Amino acid sequence: MAPNTEAPGADQRLSVLKTYKLYVNGAFPRTESGRTDPLLDGDGNAIANVCRGSRKDFREAVAAARKAQTGWAQRSAYNRSQILYRAAEMLEGRRGQFESELQLLGASAADARVEVECSVDRLVYYAGWADKLQQVFGSVNPVASSHFNFSMLEPTGVVAAVCPDQPGLLGLISVVAPAIVCGNTVVALASESSPLSAVTFGEVLHSSDVPAGVVNLLTGRRAELQEHFASHMDVNALVLCDIDPAASKELEILSAENVKRTVLRKSVDWHHYDCESPYWILDTQEVKTTWHPVGT
Amino acid sequence: MQHQSTFMPTATVAVDEVGVRERASRFQKRSIKKDSKVLALNTVLSMIDLTTLEGADTVGKVRELCSKARNLHSAAPDLPHVAAVCVYPTLVAEAKRCLEGTKVQVAAVATAFPSGQAPLAAKLADTKAAVADGADEIDMVISRGRFHSGDEAFVFDEIATIKEACGSAHLKVILETGELGSLDRIRRASDLAMRAGGDFIKTSTGKIPSAATLPVTLVMLEAIRDYYYDTGKRIGMKPAGGISTAKLAIQYLIMLRETLGQAWMTPDLFRFGASSLANDVLRQLEKQRSGAYQSFDYFSQA
Repeated sequence: MAPNTEAPGADQRLSVLKTYKLYVNGAFPRTESGRTDPLLDGDGNAIANVCRGSRKDFREAVAAARKAQTGWAQRSAYNRSQILYRAAEMLEGRRGQFESELQLLGASAADARVEVECSVDRLVYYAGWADKLQQVFGSVNPVASSHFNFSMLEPTGVVAAVCPDQPGLLGLISVVAPAIVCGNTVVALASESSPLSAVTFGEVLHSSDVPAGVVNLLTGRRAELQEHFASHMDVNALVLCDIDPAASKELEILSAENVKRTVLRKSVDWHHYDCESPYWILDTQEVKTTWHPVGT
Repeated sequence: MQHQSTFMPTATVAVDEVGVRERASRFQKRSIKKDSKVLALNTVLSMIDLTTLEGADTVGKVRELCSKARNLHSAAPDLPHVAAVCVYPTLVAEAKRCLEGTKVQVAAVATAFPSGQAPLAAKLADTKAAVADGADEIDMVISRGRFHSGDEAFVFDEIATIKEACGSAHLKVILETGELGSLDRIRRASDLAMRAGGDFIKTSTGKIPSAATLPVTLVMLEAIRDYYYDTGKRIGMKPAGGISTAKLAIQYLIMLRETLGQAWMTPDLFRFGASSLANDVLRQLEKQRSGAYQSFDYFSQA
């Protein structure tokens, strides 16, 4: 038999499936549980492995977010804004990768392009608000006594977010950007059905000066994790997107235990410019009013 | 002064460093869950010496600490009390007053803590003043300088003399293991301290970066075990510095149980010197009770 002189063809090579990791505290750990779920394309072929994050991963992520929060809030608004612009630049530079990841999961080329472009724009939109929110929404208030009375916005603290299932990338950015731009830190659970671009977005954040712990991204199953998102006593605000109404009540009760600021987003058209609003930033801000005595 | 150094131990067992590290790493791989975890956490709480040893300590700070010792977490009244509060000698009287009517002991660091670089007379005066103010326990530091220059007899005599000055107060001997260099030296210092009359041996002052570790504590526990086989006397152990999480504290308990046995699983023979450990333990206990992860926001600081 003649020796096989043909070079091995593409069809003979076993492809290496990437395991998409979590993004916690500025690093990319596997889940401590060791569990992964295969992600299938439209034809049922495995295209990647995705970590199935556990409640302990969530606990670690909250600890990282807590540690990072004060430092992030103390940065100048201008600096936070620059860092978000930088993330938008990096996202723009990696458009190709994001588009192909969306297409792998069944999006058409045109839809993928629109989602990525919209994501970049949304990041730029929110980056711009960092040094404007205070002067637009802060106020000096008329009072009847001899006090100088003024109200300022302060970040709520650690925000836990369950991101919408679709669109995977745009939904995540529309939830994370308004939360972090004015000083909160975030632990976000990425889309269950379309997690790839969310995890890749972690790589973008990692290379764009966003300090470790400011954004922590988990992948995994909503049903397993959302209860812990709502009950964790060290989480100050909860953003729940497209939560099934039956589960929503339970989660809101858990979340009330430490009076989390709870935001529900339902039936949102994530591509619409309605999602670009300073009121989305205010959803995770607290108003602090100061009474400063003055001479009569 | 009567020289007691004739009672000094002559030879010290050589320590197998690789073996110790390997053994110590095993203690980190046990899985302690549910009821066992709650039992362990409660045991840890009962062994804590709540500590404040800052130059800036005030009477007010000590009152806060004592109030924390009296009332660890108001939402959980059935908790065990901590073993002791540990303060500087000048604050002993205030601590004693605040803890009247409780079983919480007052420990004082004495003998020119943390360096130990003072004349013996000054160290004795320091110790006696703390005892006179009511300290139940004295934490002394050994003279590491003398130890390193080979003057072990001095170190031995000094411990014995301080022990005399303590009267009925318990003596804990701080070796400051981070300054001793090797596990062999730590073993030697442990043997000296026990033989000279220390009731407890303690790893560190908490004032230098290298404090208690599992391997160091294991070497000291083994010294305690050998001393028990020799003499029938049970010496206590106190790791201090750097133990700030409940998880790590439980690993120490596992090591204690597997090295010295159940007889040592009591605050009379094992202590944790720590300032932030108590709140982490409380947080974990509350997590076990409620099922929800906890925040430090809801635990009193001291």
